[in-house]
This record gives sequence, structure tokens and C-alpha cells, in this order.
Amino acid sequence: MPDLLSVKNLKIEATSYPPGEPPKVVTLVEGVSFDLEKGKVLGLIGESGAGKSTIGLSALAYGRGGVRITGGEVLLNGRDILNLDRAGINEVRGRHVCYVAQSAAAAFNPAHKLGDQVIEASLRHGLMSREEARKRALYLFRVLGLPNPESFGERYPHQVSGGQLQRAMTAMALCPNPELIVFDEPTTALDVTTQIDVLAAIKHAIEETHTAALYITHDLAVVAQISDNIMVLRHGKTVEYGTTKQVIEAPREDYTRALVNVRQAKREEAGDQSGALLKIEHVHAGYGNGFKVLHDVSMHLPQGQTLAIVGESGSGKSTLARVITGLLPPSEGRIMFDGKELPKALKGRAQEELRRIQMIYQMADTAMNPRQTVRDIIGRPLSFYFGMSGAKKTERVKELLDQIEMGSRFLDRYPAELSGGQKQRVAIARALAAKPELILCDEPTSALDPLVAEGILNLLMKLQEETAVSYVFITHDIAIVRAIADSVAVMHRGRLVRFGAKSKVLSPPFDDYTDLLLKSVPEMEIGWLERVLKTRRMESAGN
Amino acid sequence: MNVKSIPISAWVGIVGIAIAVLCAIFAPLIAPFGEREIVGEIWLPAGGDFVLGTDNLGRDLLSRLIYGARTTIFVALAATVLSFALGMILSFAAAVMGGFVDQLFSRFNDLMMAIPTLIFALVVLAVLPQYLWVLILVMAVLDSTRVFRIGRAVALDVAVMEFVEAARLRGEGSLWIIFREILPNTLSPLLAEFGLRFAFSILFLSTLSFLGLGIQPPAADWGGMVKDNKDGIIFGISAALVPGAAIATLAICVNLVVDWLMKRTSSLKGGRGDA
Repeated sequence: MPDLLSVKNLKIEATSYPPGEPPKVVTLVEGVSFDLEKGKVLGLIGESGAGKSTIGLSALAYGRGGVRITGGEVLLNGRDILNLDRAGINEVRGRHVCYVAQSAAAAFNPAHKLGDQVIEASLRHGLMSREEARKRALYLFRVLGLPNPESFGERYPHQVSGGQLQRAMTAMALCPNPELIVFDEPTTALDVTTQIDVLAAIKHAIEETHTAALYITHDLAVVAQISDNIMVLRHGKTVEYGTTKQVIEAPREDYTRALVNVRQAKREEAGDQSGALLKIEHVHAGYGNGFKVLHDVSMHLPQGQTLAIVGESGSGKSTLARVITGLLPPSEGRIMFDGKELPKALKGRAQEELRRIQMIYQMADTAMNPRQTVRDIIGRPLSFYFGMSGAKKTERVKELLDQIEMGSRFLDRYPAELSGGQKQRVAIARALAAKPELILCDEPTSALDPLVAEGILNLLMKLQEETAVSYVFITHDIAIVRAIADSVAVMHRGRLVRFGAKSKVLSPPFDDYTDLLLKSVPEMEIGWLERVLKTRRMESAGN
Repeated sequence: MNVKSIPISAWVGIVGIAIAVLCAIFAPLIAPFGEREIVGEIWLPAGGDFVLGTDNLGRDLLSRLIYGARTTIFVALAATVLSFALGMILSFAAAVMGGFVDQLFSRFNDLMMAIPTLIFALVVLAVLPQYLWVLILVMAVLDSTRVFRIGRAVALDVAVMEFVEAARLRGEGSLWIIFREILPNTLSPLLAEFGLRFAFSILFLSTLSFLGLGIQPPAADWGGMVKDNKDGIIFGISAALVPGAAIATLAICVNLVVDWLMKRTSSLKGGRGDA
């Protein structure tokens, strides 16, 4: 049987316009070849910039702005779709090949009902009558486990949750009965507990409809659950291509091995957790007009240790960080730091109190002034808190740059000239410059590729050993918690669900929410999804 | 920045502005006749001794145009700079402090904007004594309401960024936050606005002069010159169009330069061209 999709020696280029230089042609993808049989799933995996989305879109003969497919063949049912004219391509898109985007919220038109958008492609291509299309949509809503499938199509995109929207998008792609669907990171923007439902729904729907799929993601554990074959990409080239079993269990290349083994590190927790550098006592907090976010939250953190705060989006973990920094004064309760109560509001705090607590943000991009050089960014706390200037300041900035393993050649760079990981390192150096006793880390690695994130975590651990700084580490990733925490606080809907030493919090008996959270974290193991689903009813109606 | 990277359109603008500024500075040296000197018959056609002809009183049109550049550019520039100083300080303060201060400034600004600018200016200028600085001040205050609007909008966009929050957490004062964190990141839209407002200032000043409340005769200014010569148009005499063309040309030149500057500053290192 001939392959459904056959990509041969694909080459994709784009033109970049570096400032002050002549335009340059950049090769995004080179020499990538793969075949996909009917009804099979191929996972494309790699870090950002690896070219995985670009390859995925080439299956629709599409290049994003400025991107050109300059070489190779993309054969769909033996026909090269790269050479089709406009009408021919329109015939392929939305009929033979469909696309599921990463952010369903941005991809749906907010002005139309979901049902109309789901059946639009089928009607456009004249594949079925409106009545038939409705019936098919209803069937797909059922297969995907959407709540009230009869009336679901009557809703507008803003009336359903993110997880439901992602499934509605899958329904939209499946509706015209395509032979191939390209999934572009469909679960990346979702919480872990939602991700697992969407993943299960997608897998179920693919099996039901015998559709082939290209599944693009940066998370090897996710792709292991859903695909038959995996292709690992890096810098636009194939690193490894094989069956899922082979890639996960016996990777041939070093890079793949690193991806498989990422975050396997586990840290022994500190034995004595009695002291308290930071103590949060019965804190209630909310935003204007009586909307309460935090309810009676208490926890503490001994000096030199790491407290991880885990929870999904909306659980109040970032709000808690704002309360600790004083940006959001609590309505009740108090924050004790080093035995003394901290003034509730930022304005009431002395400079010395501010110096001792520093913060690292999730998005290093927006956390640094784009018009200041690395020297200015790291140097400001030095002159502000310690009155340093001139050569002495430069000397100290260089020291800090060495500490974050970057070196003095970065002194005069702007943030825009740094990679994601480097930016986060500079943000860490800025926090360190104040010689703080506590650093609040608000998901500092969640915007980074796994290997880069691991580097940042190792750096944070090294700095803790060197300077005995304490961390409050906010994250949604249980693997990180295992790797770095001494104590753990689990938050859900603004309440503290569980708090204590890591070994205690992460071992049974569990409360319902912690159990759900722990079981939702994808593991690098084939068949994990089925195993989890067996122990847990599909509660997809809930989210 | 290198000279080669400046596009032709910007060169046109730069040359135009340079000519106007040179005329303004060296007016007594360049102008063939005096500003108020009556040198011949009224409304002589262009050519001969008088390159652009003479005006409604028999003064040399070219000389008056050159002297007029002086007043027009000086007043418009002074008013624009003042209005930006005023509008930006108030709008940034409103954006950074928020709450009551923001409400107070913004609502007062709305109140000012609710009154049609031209009528407001006419009333105020008719009441106040006719000094040049009064004119500049009135123009600046009226224009600063527009600057306040855009200044507050761009500053608010930047003020919610995390690096500003980081500066607050460090304990920085409002002045540092305004001048070091927010201002550098709002320069490109404000620069564009500056060019636009300068062009509008020239037009506004010309309007006022045309209506008799701007620069007072016999001092030359472009708007006033249009007014002086407007009656000639009925007799087919184009003297009024010459200062009008000067106003239009300068406004266009300023915008050409601002367009280029905006493109350049919108990226950190030298701009990304039109791609």
C-alpha cells in the first residue's frame, strides 16, 4: 500500500533582515524525509526553532510569512502538492489535510458559533449537506467527550473552557473526514489536568476515524502516548527517526538521550525544616470589588531551602507571590520575614527589606528593560542598594556574569541579543546582585525548552549551595518539584490543599486534588496514558 | 548609524528642513530686501528684481517669506516643545501614579478637549495681551491635551510590563521609573507624534495669524502672509499661494523625517527596513 504522505528531502528557507547588513537567506529545514501510512501518527519533536511547525505546515503546502519551500517533494497520495496551483491547494486544504493550532482561543472566530465554524470546511468543499455536517459534528463532539454535545455547537468560543475549545478545534479538523491532520502543539497551553483529557480525546478520535496525524510537540512524554513513530528534530535537521518504542526505550543519539532523561534528577530534601525565614500566616487576599483569590493560606520556609508552590493556572500561586512582595497587600493575615512582620504594602517597606527579597519572572523578555544593556540591568541593584559605581561596579557585574556561567563578553549586549536561556540567567544575576536572602521564582523555566530549563534549574541549585539563598519556587510542573524542592505546598482554587516536606506531600495517602495532579503529569513511558485512564474515569465533562 | 542607510525620502525632508532653518537663522543675510521695506508697486509678478514678486503693500515676497520662516518656525517649535514637556510629564505622572491623580488629570484633560481648540484659542487670545510668549503658551497648553492622551496610552502599556514591576520591587522612585524605565521605551511613538504636532502647530499658527490673532503685522509670518494677499486671488494674483506652499512643504518635510526616525528607533539596533 502506498504511503499517504511522503516527504522527500524537504528544504525550507526564509530571508532575514539583520539590521545594517544586507538580507540573508537562512535555511530553516534541510534534508528532512519521512513517510506516513494511512491511520498512523508521526510525532515531530524538538525545541523551539527546530523547524517542527514549519515541517508540519508544509504538509498543507503552506509557509508562514516569508518562509519558502525551496526544495524536495511533499507527496500526498502520490501527488506532489507543492506544485499545485491555487485552486488545487484549496482543494487539498480543509478536505484532505486539516490543521489544529496551538492556541484554539486565538484560532476561533469569536463572532461565530462553534457549531458553524466546525462544519464550515465541509460545506465549503461541498462534501456534505448542512444536515449531514451537523450530524457528523454531533458524532465528533460525542467522540471527543464534550459536555452536552447536542447544544455544544450553539455556544460561542468564549463560553467554553480552554480544554473544550481545543477539542472543538479537533472536531473542526476531523469534520470533513480528512486523511491527515496536523496537530501543532495542541496541549502545550493547557494545564496538566486538562491536557490529559484533551490528549485522551484526541487519541480516541484518531483511532475512531482512522485518520493519520502529524503530532508536533516539544514534550517527548506527550508524544510517546499518542504516536506510532517519532522524528526528533534539531536546527532543522533530523536527529533521529524511528518507532516510538525504539526512540523512547533505546535512543541512538546523544541528543535524544538527553531529552529522554531530562528532569530525572531528584534532590534529597533537607532533614530539618523547623526554622522559618519566611512565614505566611493565615493570608487572605483578593483584587478589587470583593473578588477573593486567596483563602486562609499558611506556610513557611526555613533558611537556605526551597519551597515549591504547585497548582494549575488560577490556583492563586502567582497571587501569593504578589502578596509576599507587597504588590498586593493581604486583606487578612501577615507575612513574617526573619522573625519580623513585613509591612503589608510595598510602599511601607524599607529599602533594606526590599533588598532581602528578590524576584525572578516567568518571561525574562518582559522582565528586563529592552533599552538597557546587561551591564545596566545587573549594575542597577549594585548602585541602588550598595552605592557601587565605576570600576568597582563593573568588576562586580563581571563576577556575577561568571557566576551565571556567561562571562564578561555579554556586558554590553541588549536583551534582544540574548537567547531565552541567557535572558533568564541575566534575570537571575540581577536578583543575585542584591545579595538577597529569599528569591521568589515565578515559573522561571516554563517558557524555556526542556534542556535549557534544566540548565537554569542546575544553576539555581548551584547558587543555593554557594550563597545559602532560599527559594520560593512557583511551578505547575511536578517533575521540577521532585528535582529541587525541600517542602511543597499544593494550591487549588486559592486554598492550600497540602503542605509539608516533599517526601510527605508526594507520597500517599493523597487527597483527591493532589492525586489528580500527580497522575496527570505525563511520564516518559509508553502506555502511561491508558494506564492512568483506567484508574481514573474520564471526567472530561468537568473542565 | 551611517549616512548611506538614510533613505531618499528622509533626505528630501532633511534638506527641506535645513533650508527652512538656515533661512530662519540667517534671514538678514539672505533676504535681498528688508522685512518691512516697501520696494515697489503692489502685486508685481514674479521675475526681474523681485524673484517671487511683491505683496499687497509692495514688499518683496521672497524677503518676507525668509523672515517669515523665522517667526513661524520659532513659534511653532517653541509651542510644540512646551506642549510635549507639559503633556508628557503630566501623562507619565498619571500613568505611573494611577488612582486619584490619574482620574484628576485625565478628566481635566477631557474637559479641555471638549472645547473646540480654535474657538478656545480665539477667545483666550482676544482677552489676553498680545505678546509673543502668550501666543506660544496658549498654543502649547491647548496642544498638550493631545500629547497627554497619547502619552498616557503609551506609558500605560509600558507601565504594566514586568521590568517596571521589578523596578518598583527594587524600591525605585517614580522619577527613575518615569525617566529610565518608561521614557526610553515610549520614545518612538512620541517622536512620531512630535513631528506630527509640529506640523499641526505650524498650521494652527498660520490659522491664527490668518484670523488676525497670531503674529501681529508688520512682522512677517507665513499664515499672516496668506491673509495679507488673499484678496489678490480674486484678481488672478498668486502671491497668497507662495506662503501657503511654504507651509505645506515644511509640514511634509517634517513628516518625511519623522517617518524615517520612527522606523529607525522602533528596533534597537538600526531598524529593520521595510521587510
